[in-house]
Amino acid sequence: MSPVVEVCVEHRLGQFDLKASFASEGRLTALFGRSGSGKTSLVNVVGGLIAPRRGRIVVDGQVLLDTDRGVFLPKHRRRIGYVFQEARLFPHLTVRQNLLYGRWFSGRRAAGTDSLAGDLDSVLDLLGISHLLERGPAALSGGEKQRVAIGRALLARPRLLLMDEPLASLDEARKAEILPYIERLRDEAGVPIIYVSHAMAEVARLATTLVTLDRGVVTACGPTAQVMSRLGTVGLTGAAEAGSIIEGEVAGHDDAFGLTLLSTRAGMLQIARSRAAIGAHLRVRILASDVLISLREPVDVSALNILPGTIVEIGPRGEGAGVELRLDCGGETLLARVTAKSASQLGLQPGSAIFAVIKSVSIDGP
Amino acid sequence: MGDWLSPEEWIAVRLSLVVATTAMLASLPFGVAVAWLLARREFRGKSVLDALVHLPLILPPVVTGYLLLVWFGRRGPVGQFLHDWFGIVLSFRWTGAVLACAVMGFPLMVRAIRLSIEAVDRKLEDAAGTLGASPAWVFATVTLPLCLPGILAGMILCFAKAMGEFGATITFVSNIPGETQTLPSAIYTFTQVPGGDAGAMRLTLISVALSVAALFASEALARAVNRRIAAV
Repeated sequence: MSPVVEVCVEHRLGQFDLKASFASEGRLTALFGRSGSGKTSLVNVVGGLIAPRRGRIVVDGQVLLDTDRGVFLPKHRRRIGYVFQEARLFPHLTVRQNLLYGRWFSGRRAAGTDSLAGDLDSVLDLLGISHLLERGPAALSGGEKQRVAIGRALLARPRLLLMDEPLASLDEARKAEILPYIERLRDEAGVPIIYVSHAMAEVARLATTLVTLDRGVVTACGPTAQVMSRLGTVGLTGAAEAGSIIEGEVAGHDDAFGLTLLSTRAGMLQIARSRAAIGAHLRVRILASDVLISLREPVDVSALNILPGTIVEIGPRGEGAGVELRLDCGGETLLARVTAKSASQLGLQPGSAIFAVIKSVSIDGP
Repeated sequence: MGDWLSPEEWIAVRLSLVVATTAMLASLPFGVAVAWLLARREFRGKSVLDALVHLPLILPPVVTGYLLLVWFGRRGPVGQFLHDWFGIVLSFRWTGAVLACAVMGFPLMVRAIRLSIEAVDRKLEDAAGTLGASPAWVFATVTLPLCLPGILAGMILCFAKAMGEFGATITFVSNIPGETQTLPSAIYTFTQVPGGDAGAMRLTLISVALSVAALFASEALARAVNRRIAAV
């Protein structure tokens, strides 16, 4: 399968050099990096808002930009939807007119696409905004505005959707309100998405492919769980955000204690009660700092999850007291963070058999 | 009304309205175009264009009128061209009065429109672009509706200026009753003849009434437009 998106860009912005290239075939590709790493500039190049010094961008087989061959498609002919950080709804139009704005321009193109993008009723349904149609943008909440903005971009029948930190300007409650819609968008709309974020929790939940960016350079690119479990990724966010993703199937619920049983390759996990039905696939993120290492199987501890595994790799010691360990538990990769002192006292080596201990309360069921 | 004003006075009032309305409408497309260029584009000679547009605001009106006469008169380079190729004569015609009023009102119109275009969020224009709108459509569907209050204000200002224009008009097209004698010229004529005070006062009252009406109209229009934008 050829990649859905191929991006290769060289550009200079003031003192800052952007030199990034990646290819992705994922449904939702997250561009992750701290503020100022060039994420927004990169999507602006893809969207056609910035003309880079050199570059080549191919989306869905169509060359949008190739400076070597003098190809530069202007933004209005790229068919790339863009959801901005602020919703940018047109204040002089109603919600309905906003939604139909892009579709009107795409109307002259072939209407027969099999994705639901472009069909007003399906999009209204997907985003839950049918009741807002006759209102003006000024009468919407932040979360509603952002959902209308997503719908507006979708209805233009884009071949790719760019989302530049669409949740950044919202509070936690509004974020929680929108996240499920973005998941549905990823799974049902049939439009590949590039999603910019500096929040690891969002990326862990949404991304199928993860591209990490640091000072304008791509540092990693690949399937999300794989990239996240690499030790180097941590350097981007700082120790607090480091963690790994484990996928599993809901095996059952323990209603008496408010827990959910998740069957994973690493073994049965008990996590905080999730609303997901039995049999559903779940993704949970386990922070490296929540994982405890024991040489013998611990008994009489409060932690409910004890997974046997081996140490694959020990990260270099940074400036702090901690080191990071990459563990293999039944084929799943887990990151753990312990102090260098414990690692030395326990004599941890690559290859050592260990038990990873994780408290259930530290894993949130989505 | 007909008894109250003499036929000559009535003609001057009507002529003034026609000249001011024509000047306003004829300069509108140019006003919007120049305002957009100054607000949104970077090009060589931008400051020259800016200065040129604003010049009539600073120059003595007589000087503007004289320059128009030199350029657009029958023997002037532009005037001769217009006459030879299109049969258009501006000097000492009401059309010349329109040109003089338009030139004098132009800076006011451009200023108002330019300010309102600059106030339109460019991020909205970018968003419209990513939705498939070409630059011309972006202008028509986003920029233009959002700066409508400024355009209306610019039109009213230009109209009011044209109603009161005197110096450039009388220099360029003189003061010919029925052809180029607008309200201010007629008032001036009354003040130059013995016993003309009553006529001058009548026309002055009309002039004040028209100006106040224009002012109220612009306020009402701006309020209506703002309400429409705020309501949706």
